[in-house]
Amino acid sequence: MSRAGAGATPYALILPATLVIGAVLGYPLYFMVRLSFERYGLFQLIRHEGVWIGTQNYASIFHDATFWHVVLRTLAFTAVAVSLTMAIGTLIALLMAQLGSAMRLLLNVGLIFVWATPVVVAVDIWYWMVDFEFGVLNWLLTHLHLGDFNHHDWFANAWSGWSIITLLVVWGAIPFVAITVYAALTQVPRELVEAASIDGAHAWRVFRDVTVPLLKPIFIILASLSTIWDFQVFNQIWILRDEQPSPEYWSMAVYAYHTSFQTSEYGLGSAIAIVMVAIMLVVSFVYIRQMLKMGEAT
Amino acid sequence: MRRSAARRWALNATGLVVFAVMIFPVYWMVTTAFKPGSEIFADTPVWFPWHPTLSNFDDAIHRPHFWAAVKNSLIIVSVVVAASLVLAFLAALALAKFRFYGRRAFIVLIIAVQMIPLNALIIPIYLVLSKAHQVDKLTGVIVTYMTFVLPFTIWTLRGFMIGVPSELEEAAQVDGSTRFGAFVRILLPLIGPGLVATSIFAFIQAWNEYIMAYVLLHDPSKQTLTVWLAAFTTSRGTAWGPLMAGATLTALPVVIFFALVQRKVAFGLTAGAVRG
Repeated sequence: MSRAGAGATPYALILPATLVIGAVLGYPLYFMVRLSFERYGLFQLIRHEGVWIGTQNYASIFHDATFWHVVLRTLAFTAVAVSLTMAIGTLIALLMAQLGSAMRLLLNVGLIFVWATPVVVAVDIWYWMVDFEFGVLNWLLTHLHLGDFNHHDWFANAWSGWSIITLLVVWGAIPFVAITVYAALTQVPRELVEAASIDGAHAWRVFRDVTVPLLKPIFIILASLSTIWDFQVFNQIWILRDEQPSPEYWSMAVYAYHTSFQTSEYGLGSAIAIVMVAIMLVVSFVYIRQMLKMGEAT
Repeated sequence: MRRSAARRWALNATGLVVFAVMIFPVYWMVTTAFKPGSEIFADTPVWFPWHPTLSNFDDAIHRPHFWAAVKNSLIIVSVVVAASLVLAFLAALALAKFRFYGRRAFIVLIIAVQMIPLNALIIPIYLVLSKAHQVDKLTGVIVTYMTFVLPFTIWTLRGFMIGVPSELEEAAQVDGSTRFGAFVRILLPLIGPGLVATSIFAFIQAWNEYIMAYVLLHDPSKQTLTVWLAAFTTSRGTAWGPLMAGATLTALPVVIFFALVQRKVAFGLTAGAVRG
């Protein structure tokens, strides 16, 4: 680890990766920033040349009520989905820590199956489960006497549609959180928990005062990763809404996509995408700081 | 004693319910795939495929472009994984085994680029590739996939390499091996499992990707498996049996690979995070 003065070797080793990252990520990023200051419609697409219009794209999205609705909707969805994912994931991890080994293995296998399911496959499964005609969900709710859900269309109402999207996203995200938190729980020294229990602390207090502080780095990492993933939600909405979601189903990623590829306003779309990146920068900052702290420890 | 037995029972029951709720969608996909139409389009759900059939699979794999999609996915994924692994191996070696000026900046770069919302980058990537006449070409998708596979691969491999104590290499060098000899004989076998785990995880990420392929590949014969599968619902909304069969086939390689490496990668992600 401590080979100072290794000369040019490390630089030669990182050079190829750096060049590739610069080309495939750096250039598109630069291009996106430039695009956001350009008019880039169908005419410009044919000529591969935008027209510089300064901050006009930003001015028009900031004066657009739809844009603010989409931003708020995406933030609200992210807050709900991340909270649910973290809470349920942690509860399942705590449950796993209490279970016998056979039961824990079973639960672990179940979680891994869900974790491994590709997003597009997961969306198709839920598409089928919430089908208005033969979907298992409508049958189940009707027979649990929660109301008449025969031929109920979940997406007719945006609130119930977003509930399905949220459930689908949370279901897919729980395993990563549960398994990671469980792995971290097993590394919490037993003596600490036992000492606290002997002192007469309740299970809840042991959890709050001993476990949570120790697991804080993991919680921060999981919460920021989940935030970044959920904030760019796209696939679930796109496929569930048959590749043409109506405005009440737009997230920021869908809105940027729609503006660029369906109305051919690539400059405007880039401005939306830039705002999206900017919002995520705040979360990234928290995440990167935590990762560096941990990097120092190793 | 009685109280602890009751508690045990309640815990197991809760565990079972959680398991059932989580696994149900996957169970429903697989069972639907094996059901004949009469059991799929039933007013009361049929909970188990009592009359299993392979006709849905037969239908799915004979749909237009299925095999082209499988081939395209395999080509894209193998090139992406191979190229990323070589580049990442070198970079991870530098990060794990050398101290150099700019090391920290490079680490920040690697972590930071993983945080860029890729869904935002579709617009410039599409325009750049269309200018370079790389739309509807697998090369365009391959280059695009490097954006998320490469940084992840560098980071994970670095984690595995740090786990190898440098005393081992130094001991080999004292024994008269050259630096390179020590590296090949000591380091490589030790990080072998890490290399396998990382490449499988990179495989899964590239295999599952949807939106980039959807934007960059329009020609149905050029599309990947996820794009092929997603198009299923829009073009023929109610062919649930074949759709679930196609979904099962798409998920199958991922589930198998994932089960093999999950433990390793979860370890790589969390190692060193909790300290007493």
